[in-house]
Amino acid sequence: MRTVAARRMALVGNEAVALAWRQIRPHVVAAYPITPSTQIMERFSQYVAEGEVDTEFLPVESEHSALSACVGAAAAGARVLTATSSQGLALMHEVLYIASGLRLPIVMNVGTRALSAPINIHGDHSDVMGARDAGWIQLFARSVQEAYDRTILAVRVAERARLPVMVCLDGFTLTHSLEPVEVYPDEAVQAFLGEGPQGGYSLLGEEPITVGPLALPDSYMEFRRALAEAHARALRILEEETEAFGAHFGRRLPALMEPFEMEDAEVAVVILGAYADVVEEAVRRWRERGERLGMVRLVVFRPFPTEELRKALARAPEVVVLERADTLSGLGGPLGVEVRAALYDLADRPRVTDGIFGLGGRELRDRELDAFLRDGPRGGVIYLGVEEPPCP
Amino acid sequence: MANRWQVLDRGPVIPGGSSVAYRTGDWRQLRPVLDLPRCVHCLFCWLYCPDSAILVRDGQVVGVAYDHCKGCGICAAVCPPRANAIRMVPEGAP
Ligand code: SF4
Ligand code: SF4
Repeated sequence: MRTVAARRMALVGNEAVALAWRQIRPHVVAAYPITPSTQIMERFSQYVAEGEVDTEFLPVESEHSALSACVGAAAAGARVLTATSSQGLALMHEVLYIASGLRLPIVMNVGTRALSAPINIHGDHSDVMGARDAGWIQLFARSVQEAYDRTILAVRVAERARLPVMVCLDGFTLTHSLEPVEVYPDEAVQAFLGEGPQGGYSLLGEEPITVGPLALPDSYMEFRRALAEAHARALRILEEETEAFGAHFGRRLPALMEPFEMEDAEVAVVILGAYADVVEEAVRRWRERGERLGMVRLVVFRPFPTEELRKALARAPEVVVLERADTLSGLGGPLGVEVRAALYDLADRPRVTDGIFGLGGRELRDRELDAFLRDGPRGGVIYLGVEEPPCP
Repeated sequence: MANRWQVLDRGPVIPGGSSVAYRTGDWRQLRPVLDLPRCVHCLFCWLYCPDSAILVRDGQVVGVAYDHCKGCGICAAVCPPRANAIRMVPEGAP
């Protein structure tokens, strides 16, 4: 096993991502900054201005243009990065499908944030969940360290899977939190990543190619079927590349999910992102009292790790999903809907309760979480921490 | 043998120049007919044709590439009224 010498730095999430970008040395970055991911661009453009990286940096006039520029550059064979949040991701929506449909290995950091209206700049997962069917791999970081690690890892996953990847970090909770981060030497990152995307795309090569021609009813469906297959394969690629990452840098990351105290859990909380820390604390508190609470923190939401999640949850009679987005369908949030669907075919399926919390950056307090778990899971959908005083 | 979709792992990337072989002329319901003696060679039709179907030689309009003209009528619409050198006629009409 090869382990590189890392140095410790105190960084907020956005700075850690920008530092990862500098070390990745992308050929092209196109961006239109938006809160709470703005600092990624501020910091990275500083690296460019100071000549620390020779990236072609394209400040454009909208997020739609930012991702369009990334699509063009990736189609020319470049290693490409961008970042966005909230309305910016919504404005990229059309181009998200083009990036995945063209099988371009773009990596995008999303500082996750609520969507308007009402206007709210704080963190939840509404923006990324709105993009969940756009054909991108979606990874969620739990800490600033993970945001840094997964941004580097995502480049290799994207290039091998030939799929674009979003690396999500909870808006403000991670984008603006200061944490000590183990930073690898530039050369180690370069050695891990190698040359750049291989094969297939080079508009600048000897042979002229057409990227993204018309595909009418005689062939469109085959392309979509091939895209579904690429997603099915991406879980294995993610596992292998996470393993390779661990071997190279000496840091073992969970590839698809992170189970905690699940061996004998009677109640299992399923969660994405930074609030896993709050839930882990709750698990410790409950375990001290002898109550069998466990947690499964999902790392990847797309492709959805159905089989692995079934295995992780099969022995817990009660599953409590905690999530920061809603589908407004009456069926709960996107994670709850998919956890239920994943478990439905099991003969002995656990009961699933979906708790929607933290929309627009509202904090989930320990006592609220404890009360919710203590009241006993009861199935259905519950909105946690909503101000509901009786009307006068 | 692999299913057809299994060979599409690179996405829709095909050899360049394939649009030449793609005959959008199949779609046409109306056909532009040039009245060359009226044409003042302003090249508006050539500039606006979305399929590059107006044929030009030495700066002069010489005809229409019907394999690729899809019959949208934009050329007729942009031809200056005083020249009025393009008529759209139903496909199959003389
Ligand atoms: S009808 Fe349309 S496609 Fe045909 S030559 Fe005129 S502008 Fe071009
Ligand atoms: S627009 Fe009319 S006048 Fe001008 S070049 Fe075309 S056919 Fe001739």
